[in-house]
Amino acid sequence: MFRSHVLVCGGTGCTSSGSAEIIKKLEEEVKKNGLENEVGVVRTGCFGLCALGPIMIVYPEATFYSMVKVEDIPEIVSEHLLKGRPVKRLLYDETVTETGVKSLGDTDFYKKQHRVALRNCGVINPENIEEYIGTNGYAALGKVLTEMTPDDVIQTLLDSGLRGRGGGGFPTGLKWKLAKGNDADQKYVCCNADEGDPGAFMDRSVLEGDPHAVLEAMAIAGYAIGASQGYIYVRAEYPIAVQRLQIAISQAREYGLLGKNIFESGFDFDIDLRLGAGAFVCGEETALMTSIEGNRGEPRPRPPFPAQKGLFGKPTILNNVETYANIPQIILNGAEWFASMGTEKSKGTKVFALGGKINNTGLVEIPMGTTLREVIEEIGGGIPNGKKFKAAQTGGPSGGCIPAEHFDIPIDYDNLISIGSMMGSGGLIVMDEDDCMVDIAKFFLEFTVDESCGKCTPCRIGTKRMLEILNKITDGQATMEDLDKLEELCYYIKENSLCGLGQTAPNPVLSTLKFFRKEYEAHILDKKCPAGVCKALLSYSIDPEKCRGCTLCSRVCPNNAITGTLKEPHVIDTTKCVKCGACMEKCRFGAISRK
Amino acid sequence: MGSKNHGVPFAGTKEQEKQLLEVIHSLKDQQGALMPIMQKAQDIYGYLPIEVQTIISDETGIPLEKIYGVATFYSQFALQPKGQYQISVCLGTACYVKGSGNIYSKISEILGIEDGECTPDGKFSLDSCRCVGACGLAPVLMINDEVFGRLTVDDVKGILEKY
Repeated sequence: MFRSHVLVCGGTGCTSSGSAEIIKKLEEEVKKNGLENEVGVVRTGCFGLCALGPIMIVYPEATFYSMVKVEDIPEIVSEHLLKGRPVKRLLYDETVTETGVKSLGDTDFYKKQHRVALRNCGVINPENIEEYIGTNGYAALGKVLTEMTPDDVIQTLLDSGLRGRGGGGFPTGLKWKLAKGNDADQKYVCCNADEGDPGAFMDRSVLEGDPHAVLEAMAIAGYAIGASQGYIYVRAEYPIAVQRLQIAISQAREYGLLGKNIFESGFDFDIDLRLGAGAFVCGEETALMTSIEGNRGEPRPRPPFPAQKGLFGKPTILNNVETYANIPQIILNGAEWFASMGTEKSKGTKVFALGGKINNTGLVEIPMGTTLREVIEEIGGGIPNGKKFKAAQTGGPSGGCIPAEHFDIPIDYDNLISIGSMMGSGGLIVMDEDDCMVDIAKFFLEFTVDESCGKCTPCRIGTKRMLEILNKITDGQATMEDLDKLEELCYYIKENSLCGLGQTAPNPVLSTLKFFRKEYEAHILDKKCPAGVCKALLSYSIDPEKCRGCTLCSRVCPNNAITGTLKEPHVIDTTKCVKCGACMEKCRFGAISRK
Repeated sequence: MGSKNHGVPFAGTKEQEKQLLEVIHSLKDQQGALMPIMQKAQDIYGYLPIEVQTIISDETGIPLEKIYGVATFYSQFALQPKGQYQISVCLGTACYVKGSGNIYSKISEILGIEDGECTPDGKFSLDSCRCVGACGLAPVLMINDEVFGRLTVDDVKGILEKY
C-alpha cells in the first residue's frame, strides 16, 4: 500500500511535451528520498486539460501540478511528497486559493464535467489489467455472460437510448438487434478507431487511457449478436494507442477474458487489430470494412447494410470507440441510470475535443444538453487575449459552424442538425474575430477534395469545382453568380453522393453561407477580407503618425517594398508588397496595419 | 503528389528481402492480409517501390495492379523514399486556426520542397498531416518522432538548424 500516488499523464499531448522524462526523473527522486515504498508513480491516460501539459496529480488530495518541467521534480518530491508541503508556485493557478489548495474536481474545467466514457482516463494505469478490474472492469462482461440473454443485453441498450458517438447518431441497440436477427455461420464485431476528423482526439484518448473498456464492450457485443471475432480498425498515426491496445489484448487473453470459453460460459470471442493507413473515407462503415478486407477503402452502396452483409460478406456491427466505452457502464448501472442523463432524444454524455482559440484546450465530457456557452466560457475558460467569439465548428469536415447567436443552444444531436451543423465525432474548434469564415470553409473543402476516394462523380468532381469557386472568392476574382453556383452545387452534391463523406462535404460551406453570408459578399463585392486573413485581399500601410523611422521594417521586407529615411515615416509600395506580414510582426510601435 | 526524386534507384538488401519473405509467409493465410503485409514491408524498406510490390505480388498471388491500387490509395504508403528527417506539419483544424499554415509555408520556403518531396541531399522530407492529436500544443510539427509544439513562424529556422 502506498500512502500517496503520483499520476502523470502519458497521453499523446503530454508525452509530446515530455512527460516520459518527467516520470523517469520522478522515479529516480522518489528512490533518492527513500520513498519508494510510500509513494507510487503511475503513468495514466489523458486527464483532459491538454493545454496545461505535462500534467501531474498527487493523490489522495488530488493536487494539480501543470506544465511541469524535469527540473521542478526534485523540489516537488522533497517538499510535497516528503514534507507534505505542496509547491504552490508550480500548481495550476486556479487551484491556489487564499484558504489553501483546491482539488482537481473543484476547478471550473472539471466541475461541470461528467465522466462516463472517460471515467478511467487519467485514473488508472492503462497498461495494467488489474487496475481496470479494480475499478469494476470486466464485471459487465461477467454479468452479461452469466445473468443475461443476448436479447436482454440488446433491450438494455435500446432502453438506455445510447446513440452512436461517431457522428451519425444511429441507435446502438437497434444496430445490434438488426445484426442479431440475421443468421450466419460467422458474424463480426468491429470497432471504428479510425478517428479522421482533424482536431478530434477523444477516441485516441479512450484507447490510450482505458483500452480494456473497449475490449470488454466488444466482447459484450459479440455475445449479443452471436459473433466470435472482433476487429479494431485503428489509425496507424496513433502509436501509443496501438501499443496499449496490443498490451491490453494480450493481457485479456492471459486472464481468459478473451479467447475460448470466457467465464466458463461456452462463449468464445477474440479481437485482432488492423491498422488504418491514412484515408479519411475509411471512417465510413462500408469503406472501413472494405479496407479491413485488404482493398482500397472505397465505400459501396447500401443496402445491403453491414448488419446483413458486412465484413467478408457476413453480418457485422461497427461502433465507434466512445460508443463502446459507455457500454460496460450501462450494463452495470442499468439503462435508467444512463437515460437519466441528457436530453429527450440524446441520452448520456458526449466527449468533445476543445481546440482552437480557447484557453483550456483539451478533452471534456459533458451531459448532452449542456449549452455551448457553458462549454466555452466556463469549462473552456473563454477566448484568449480578450478576443471576441465568432463561431464554434463542430463535426469537422462534415459539420458546420455555430455562430454567437446560438451561444445558448443545448448541445445534442437534433439541435445541432437543426442549425445546419452536426455532432460529428466531437471536435469542437473555437474561432475568434481573427478567423475568416470563407477561409475556414475553404480549409475543409481542401481536406475533402484530398480525401474524396474518387468512386462517385458528384463528390470527386463536385467538391473540386466548389473549391475552385472558393479560391476565386478568396482571391477577389469571384462574382455574385459564382456564389449562386456554389450554393447550387452544394445541394447537388449532398443529394447525389454515394456515401457520407460526399453527402456532408458541402456542410461547412452551407453553414458559413447561412450565418456569415456577409463575409462572402465582402470578399466578392468589396474585395475585402473583414477578418484580415485572405492574402490577396489585404493591403498593408504605415501610419505616418506612429512611425518613428527606425528602419526595421524596411530591413526585414523580403522584396524591398518599404522605403524611407532614418527618423522619417516610411512608406509601403503596395505594387511591390508580397503581403508576408514580416514588417507588421517586427514593428515595435504598432504603426503598420493590415486591411 | 509530385516528387523530384523519380530517379532514386532501388537499393534493397538481401536481408531486407529475407525479412519481407518471412513477414509474407507468416501473414498470407489471414483474411485481408494485404494491408498488414504492406505496412510491414514499408517498415522494412522505408517505402514501397515497385520492386517491393512485385515481391509481394509474386509471393501472395495478388495481382500487382491491385497492390499498386492499394499503395496509391492510402496516404501512409510512400512510393518514394523519405528523407533522413521526416518533417510533418499538422494541418488539422485546431493547428490550422492557430496558424500552422504559415509554419508549413515557411518550412517549404526554407527547404525549397513541397508536400511529399525530399531535399536533393536526402536529409529532409516534408509532409502535411492531419492531426497528431496534440491539439493542446497547437500548432505542432513532428520531425521523425519528436514533437515541437506551441510554435511561431520564427521558431522554424532554429528547429531546422538543430538537424
